[in-house]
Amino acid sequence: MTRQSLEEKLAILSDAAKYDASCASSGSTKRDSRDGKGLGSNEGTGICHAYAPDGRCISLLKILMTNFCIYDCTYCVNRVSSNVQRARFTVDEVVKLTIEFYRRNYIEGLFLSSGIIRSPDATMADMVQIARKLRQEENFRGYIHLKTIPDAAPELIEEAGLLADRLSINVEMPSDTAVREHAPEKDPSQIRKAMGDVRLRKEAAGDRSFSGKRPARFAPAGQSTQMIIGADGSNDAKVLGQSTRLYSSYKLKRVYYSAFSPIPDSSAKLPLVSPPLQREHRLYQADWLLRFYDFQLDEITSVTPDGNLDLDIDPKLAWALAHRAVFPLDVNRASKEMLLRVPGFGVKTVSRILSTRRHRTLRYEDLARMGASMKKARAFVVAGGWSPGALTDSVDLRARFAPPPQQLSLF
Amino acid sequence: MYRAEIPQIGAATAWREAARGFLAKNVPPDQILWGDDSASPDLFGADAAKPPSGQVKVPRSFISMADKVVWHRDPSRFARLYAFLWRLRSDRAHMQDRGDADLSVLRRMEKNVSRCQHKMKAFVRFREIGEPDAARRSFAAWFEPSHHTVEPTADFFVRRFADMDWRILTPDVSAIFEGGKLRFEPGQPRPELPDDASEQLWVTYFRNIFNPARLKVQAMQSEMPKKYWKNMPEAAAIPDLIANAPARAREMAAAAPTLPPLRAERIQANLPEANPHWQAPGGDLPSAISACTRCPLHKPATQAVAGEGPQSAELMFVGEQPGDHEDLVGRPFVGPAGQLFDLLMAEAGLKREEAFVTNAVKHFKFLPRGRKRLHQKPSQDEIATCNPWLRAEIAQVQPRLIVAMGASAAQALLGSGKAITDRRGRVEWRADGLPVLITLHPSFLLRLSDAAAVKQARADMLADLRRAADWIAG
Repeated sequence: MTRQSLEEKLAILSDAAKYDASCASSGSTKRDSRDGKGLGSNEGTGICHAYAPDGRCISLLKILMTNFCIYDCTYCVNRVSSNVQRARFTVDEVVKLTIEFYRRNYIEGLFLSSGIIRSPDATMADMVQIARKLRQEENFRGYIHLKTIPDAAPELIEEAGLLADRLSINVEMPSDTAVREHAPEKDPSQIRKAMGDVRLRKEAAGDRSFSGKRPARFAPAGQSTQMIIGADGSNDAKVLGQSTRLYSSYKLKRVYYSAFSPIPDSSAKLPLVSPPLQREHRLYQADWLLRFYDFQLDEITSVTPDGNLDLDIDPKLAWALAHRAVFPLDVNRASKEMLLRVPGFGVKTVSRILSTRRHRTLRYEDLARMGASMKKARAFVVAGGWSPGALTDSVDLRARFAPPPQQLSLF
Repeated sequence: MYRAEIPQIGAATAWREAARGFLAKNVPPDQILWGDDSASPDLFGADAAKPPSGQVKVPRSFISMADKVVWHRDPSRFARLYAFLWRLRSDRAHMQDRGDADLSVLRRMEKNVSRCQHKMKAFVRFREIGEPDAARRSFAAWFEPSHHTVEPTADFFVRRFADMDWRILTPDVSAIFEGGKLRFEPGQPRPELPDDASEQLWVTYFRNIFNPARLKVQAMQSEMPKKYWKNMPEAAAIPDLIANAPARAREMAAAAPTLPPLRAERIQANLPEANPHWQAPGGDLPSAISACTRCPLHKPATQAVAGEGPQSAELMFVGEQPGDHEDLVGRPFVGPAGQLFDLLMAEAGLKREEAFVTNAVKHFKFLPRGRKRLHQKPSQDEIATCNPWLRAEIAQVQPRLIVAMGASAAQALLGSGKAITDRRGRVEWRADGLPVLITLHPSFLLRLSDAAAVKQARADMLADLRRAADWIAG
């Protein structure tokens, strides 16, 4: 085999990394290098330095350390039984790419993942070494996200958390049965234990000792995970049920949903259909409702009989259409909890409504200025100069929002 | 009539000083003509009186908004800001009125500037203009912002890139950072910047991180508008990526599955052993418990929590079920209730490490609520389903006395969990002849809010533990 150039390796190992949805660079500690002694800053908000035509943000240099892997997960392009081209970066190559990209303002930092080579410990140790070199030799103060290998030794996970801003461990599939079927070498209960371990370490690092000294921060931007959607038969109720458990059990910052997408040299065991992008989008919307709008899981998933979200309309609108008796709400009197349930009102709009109505009565025109999407909201609210009348209960209300039906293609 | 000329560099301070002066002298908005340095000279030739100076109190939220709006490209921005400031004199509450039409325009301008700043932080692309091995490296970028954002955004680049020299050149104002000092210079035409080898690597990365099976061009363009593309090296690859995506996706779908490479079988036959760090505590019973799927409680839980302690223990403690913390750690009584338990044990003169500590139910039963898990009391069925594990632990340890802490433990050990407050402190006998001392559950103490009740419950529990200690000693 001829020696691969850095560019060839980069092509292979970024191609191999693109199935990980997360690229967040937000929520870590504030720091900078104004002192001139290091490189990089982090200001809490993430920055997306570019967008690819798949609509995904590029914030971090997202690469695999290597795509050699001893595991055989059916959904993964890097599984041992696949014939994709393999490559492996050296520690120095990853460090150099990160620093040079960062200096040119291409990225916020590094998202490093890897296939499992030799053993989980050996792989994790190499990844930790890259992070250590970036932090300690290059004085890199940008963002580092390390994909953690759940079976790696706890000491390695501990060091990873002290170097990185975020750790993530993928649960891979919405149910344990699906994990066992598609990722035979992975153990779902081991994945959960590792996530629990990360939570405990993070909490321990947040406690002050008796002397009042704060221990070193552990993964200050928290931990996240990813679930592949559409590779197994789980419905959305199952997917979201898994998310609520993960959020509550391991205090995850995010659960990423990744629509299963055809991969080069795919396994014969999986359907090669186009990725369910709309489903993925609806799941994110539902995830938001659960976390920021105080919706309960069964409220969202009981709207449809099969436990899947309505693909044509967003889950909040679907809930509102199924509970029209609650509407219309008077924006000048309704509680915050209820205003958050109005389709077309976001968290910001609601807080603006609440602060303005302390001073005066709100009119219809005010709402649009406050950022509400009145096309959706108008059927569900009463405001000064506006009443939806029979609109709220009209039979064709859903049809006004749903895309027009498409004739089935004959081909 | 007054005329206020706001210079392009230092506009925020200049506007603020001018506005403060006008306000102090009660100059109404219609008496002022605001001008940009770059704007065309005023055709009406207004009286160019210097703005007066003075001190005025203004809501803080207005200042932070004005500090953004002054950088907007709209020539009316200074006049709009002052007109709204004038209105604030009579009623500061306008600032909180998000429905106000004037404020709404200003807030929109503020948002435009913030967005423009954000895009500048994201889309500036440096090229190296010095020697890569120089002690202090040197970079330059050409950028065309939509608003006058170079000055308010320059500090971001100082915070990030203070260990190198850099310059961001724009048609408007240029920011130059040399030897740790930042300065602004007037804009300039687009310069020729030298080629940079890292740019090729970046474009390679951009091409390969893109997934052709999920084309979402609209989503990309709404976040990365085309107006920025000409100064971003990777953007040149976009048309080609879009054009070839459907064919690449079809190709992947059409490709027949291949046979695994030869090495796959060999590698799979030699998979490394699972890491011993994560194994459940040794022994057949704990591993059987950790593999238990007899009831649905195992599904959402992290792990089963088996009992812990010497096999020769004379004293056995049974609680209800693992809690949030125990579920994560995999050991019984290590959370807040466990800490209280340890404290009470020590006070009663008992050594925890000499006792066997376990629970009636081995998995944590909870209800997810946002970022918390709410403890749920196990049902009689769940206690019954889990009972064989408890019986097996009892059979293995053969304690001289079992302490049942709380109703669920009493239910599991004696068949009834009723009237615990009446039964506590008593020893009841199991059908197999083992004595069971009933006491409270430490988490019951943690839930009490009345100080007197806590004191009483604590004293009761302590008395029970002392009695257990006496029983073992006797």
